Amino acid sequence: MDDPLRLFGESGNPSFIDLLRCHSPHMLQRLEAEPGAEPLRMPHGTTVLALRYRDGVVMAGDRQATEGFQVASRRIEKISKSDDLSGVGIAGVAGPAMEMARLFQTELEHYEKVEGDNLSLEGKANKLSQMIRMNLPAAMQGLVVVPIFAGFDERMGVGRIFKYDVTGGKYEDTDYWAQGSGGKDARDSLKKRWRRDLGRDDALRVTIEALLDAADEDVGTGGPDLVRGIFPTIKTITRSGFGDVPEDEIRRVVETLLNERAKAEKANG
Amino acid sequence: MTAMPLPYYVSPEQMMKDKAEYARKGISRGRSIVTLEYRDGILLVAENPSTLLHKISEIYDRIAFAGVGKYNEFENLRIAGVRHADVKGYSYSRGDVTAKALANAYSQALGNIFTQDIKPFEVEVLVAEVADVNGSNNEIYHILYDGTIEDEKNYAAIGGQADEIRRFLKDNYHEGLTIEAAVQLGVRALNVTQNKTLTEKDLEVAVLDRTKERRKFRRIPPEALAQLLGSGG
Repeated sequence: MDDPLRLFGESGNPSFIDLLRCHSPHMLQRLEAEPGAEPLRMPHGTTVLALRYRDGVVMAGDRQATEGFQVASRRIEKISKSDDLSGVGIAGVAGPAMEMARLFQTELEHYEKVEGDNLSLEGKANKLSQMIRMNLPAAMQGLVVVPIFAGFDERMGVGRIFKYDVTGGKYEDTDYWAQGSGGKDARDSLKKRWRRDLGRDDALRVTIEALLDAADEDVGTGGPDLVRGIFPTIKTITRSGFGDVPEDEIRRVVETLLNERAKAEKANG
Repeated sequence: MTAMPLPYYVSPEQMMKDKAEYARKGISRGRSIVTLEYRDGILLVAENPSTLLHKISEIYDRIAFAGVGKYNEFENLRIAGVRHADVKGYSYSRGDVTAKALANAYSQALGNIFTQDIKPFEVEVLVAEVADVNGSNNEIYHILYDGTIEDEKNYAAIGGQADEIRRFLKDNYHEGLTIEAAVQLGVRALNVTQNKTLTEKDLEVAVLDRTKERRKFRRIPPEALAQLLGSGG
């Protein structure tokens, strides 16, 4: 910790990252490997997705972190609340991705407290873009972090979804997006099932279908674990805030869908 | 040959006395703030007709700040407090950010400014931390312009007529207040020093609400405040 007296000198820069850069630069140190070093095996987050529905956006992720062909964690949470009206879904190398989500959350809260006002959703999305760009040298050495950012835009009155590339390029998607090793499979699934103005129940169904499809096709993505009782993380972000979808509700939808799939399989066989 | 002008000699006692008097004069012009512990947390009430320039603010999950005196000076202290808390919470964990450490930092800062700078800060601040659910106690720290720090129980008052307000609260405060009772008592305490009755338009009110998730700080907007003041009072 710095001597707080020294913090008194600067007039109200509301950025927490700038504050760290001035006073505790070691906390922003980038992870960098020697050029040409053998890439290490690190835990990767696999599938996260976001989709728009009638009241805002749904964000969801499976619970598995994968290290090469091994399961690194069965219970990782990939959707993190950034503030009351937005969230980040982390995909890529889990360590730096989780750190980025934590720093981003602090950045937004710090801004809100210093300024006494919230950043616009666009402003938050741009800030995340800068943070991904800061990570570019590490990304070039394999430590890739590519989150999804989604939230409710109070000024426009709609849910909005942003995806990124490793250079921090920001692209808005109006309907849905999925990222990570199972991202393409989840997107294929969403492409067939997503419709405009889905109700909450339908949105949950479509979300879980996509995660089941991703787990089906991608070895890295974890399916629902009925033995251990581990189910995907699902959050909703609406005008009234960031909410958890209760695990019981997720479990019920998962069981219904699995039963339907089992029945269809039987009918076909 | 020119004579070297001798600097005036002022005894340290006199210098401190003058500075203290100067700071107190500045603070006594400011309107007062009271804070009260109630059943579900800590309530802060300030006389403040502005809805944009706050005297009461959030510092961190369970910590609030209130300042009286010169706005730019306590605003500086507030921002320094937010920075202190956010850096600490990010380096360690959210649970490691405490009002005690923050109050100490304020005390050090104000003490240094008082002894080293020509002009002392004309401020008094309160730092309040609401207990978390598992049984710790609420904490209220009162820091003066010269770095003097006190920890207060049940209630505290700062600003121009703080003594009078404290006397009133001593006679009228009891533990286990509901939010309505606490708001009404807080406003009555501020009224003691007034010729007029304060309404929701003259007040800034916020709580550290123990029942809330993570960030306990919540402002009470004028409409809700009018209701609280109206009910049973």
